[in-house]
Amino acid sequence: MASGNSAIRDGGLSVRIEYRTSNSFALEAEFEASAGFTMILGPSGGGKTTILNCIAGLTRPDTGRIALGARVLFDSDARIDMPVAERRLGYVFQNLALFPHLTVAQNVQYGIAKMPAVQRRARMMTMLESFRIAHLIARKPGEISGGERQRVALARSIVTNPAAILLDEPLVALDNATRSKILDDLRAWNAAHGIPILYVTHSPQEAFALGERVLVLESGRILAQGMPHDVLATPRHETIAQVVGFENVFDATVRSIAETQGTMLCQLDGSATRLEVPLGHAETGKRVRIAIRAGDIIVADERPHGLSARNSFPGRVLSMRREGVRVVVMIDAGGAPFEVHLTPGAIDALRIEDGKEVWLVIKTYSCNLVEPSAR
Amino acid sequence: MDWSAIFLTIRLALVVCAVLLVVGTPIALWLSFTRWRWKFFVESIVALPLVLPPTVLGFYVLVAMGSNSPIGRWYQSLTGHGLPFTFEGLAIASVIYSLPFAVQPMAAAFSQVDRNLINASSILGASRIRTFLRVVLPLSVGGVVTGFVLSFAHTLGEFGVVLMVGGNIPGVTRTVSIAIYDHVQALDYTGANHMALLLMAFSFVTLSITYSLNRRIWAVWPMHR
Repeated sequence: MASGNSAIRDGGLSVRIEYRTSNSFALEAEFEASAGFTMILGPSGGGKTTILNCIAGLTRPDTGRIALGARVLFDSDARIDMPVAERRLGYVFQNLALFPHLTVAQNVQYGIAKMPAVQRRARMMTMLESFRIAHLIARKPGEISGGERQRVALARSIVTNPAAILLDEPLVALDNATRSKILDDLRAWNAAHGIPILYVTHSPQEAFALGERVLVLESGRILAQGMPHDVLATPRHETIAQVVGFENVFDATVRSIAETQGTMLCQLDGSATRLEVPLGHAETGKRVRIAIRAGDIIVADERPHGLSARNSFPGRVLSMRREGVRVVVMIDAGGAPFEVHLTPGAIDALRIEDGKEVWLVIKTYSCNLVEPSAR
Repeated sequence: MDWSAIFLTIRLALVVCAVLLVVGTPIALWLSFTRWRWKFFVESIVALPLVLPPTVLGFYVLVAMGSNSPIGRWYQSLTGHGLPFTFEGLAIASVIYSLPFAVQPMAAAFSQVDRNLINASSILGASRIRTFLRVVLPLSVGGVVTGFVLSFAHTLGEFGVVLMVGGNIPGVTRTVSIAIYDHVQALDYTGANHMALLLMAFSFVTLSITYSLNRRIWAVWPMHR
């Protein structure tokens, strides 16, 4: 694999794992992660944490090879299994695992104990300051807030100058504002260091907003991987849509912004259709990506009126296929293909058939902005 | 008051506790962290003194130390005298007898330490020993103190094993509980009472201090708070 070699040259992570537990769970994953954020997205129980544990050495894969730059962390053929303590990784657990009996200062200095005291302290202070927690130095983890604990945990893993960082849903308990502030700080730090950061999440929004690369994992298998755009544009594989959460993904351009309404109007590429979507970090003319769940779209057989939903526009039924208890209907709306999920009862009541003219109704808040962050 | 018996008993208890800290801690650690499927086998052996009559235990220790056993002969060739009816023999028997009292509270405390903290320590580059000293031990101090105090108090009061292995040699193996027995045999109830009161008061004070210091860990009574 060509990308593999480049990942290895620049200190990237190259992973191939086969791991089986006794209760029939099997993980098979192969991927590369170069400098920057790689998001591992998938439902719980899909093997996301297991991947991180294999890389960290907490779980031993049955077979496979894990390399970080030129260092081989694990190789079943060569019988290499580097001890956890020698792998030089940063790992932030979901429950953070801060040492409850140690102060913030002691926690952060834990991984750099071998440094001379003066240097160690200076380094800790720099790290605490860049994560804005220098004032907490004498407190214990039980005495600070959730967001502060996250920052301490990040600072503790990063202060050791790890060769890669593993984050297991580290910010799941935080509100969006706090989360994006912490991530901005982490991004700023990594701009100077350029190491691979594996970020496990079950939130598609988070994955597509943050990641330079996204890896979709379900039931121990990688369903898709690549740039967020490529993963979203992956042929509409049923499971990917479910894992990712959106069957409809459109590239669009912001046409106008209604700041006071908290909305903006976007024109879908290759279509005359305009959608009103929630306000995001965008200006007029900027490119955005909009994702809509197939189940969130309402179909009407005549022009609807008296609705609170802000988006309604005409379309034509292209095709229908039955999938279990629901019907997947493809509808063309002025050049933009929409996938809509309806019940068989609704199909009968509306007498939907191929070629029929219908109206689509979508609430503003059913339109999700999943633009990749500006880099 | 038989001061020589009292000092001897305290000396024995201190020696036993010191040995148990050295011997019991690795056993407790191993029991808390191993995934070996036959672990229960070792657990049963460690816990055996809890249910065995002290005379049974004492009998086998005596046989194992005797001059007919390889261990006994090896010790004799090393030191020039046998183990039975000596202070060393008594200490060894007491260590075995008090082992579960030290190991169980420690193992319980060690296994309550969040595995993620131990993993985090390794990932931060710490060796196993450093992880034990900096993370596991500080978070299990209550269990270690409880184990220490329980084995101390338990050694103070033991009778059957001492009688079997140590006999009744004043200044060497004659502990407080043996002295009390002697007093009663001699119908010296006043003497027996003094010694017994002392032992009881001492045990009560030690236990009170321990439990007041760490209420959360390993209480005999169900927790109230």
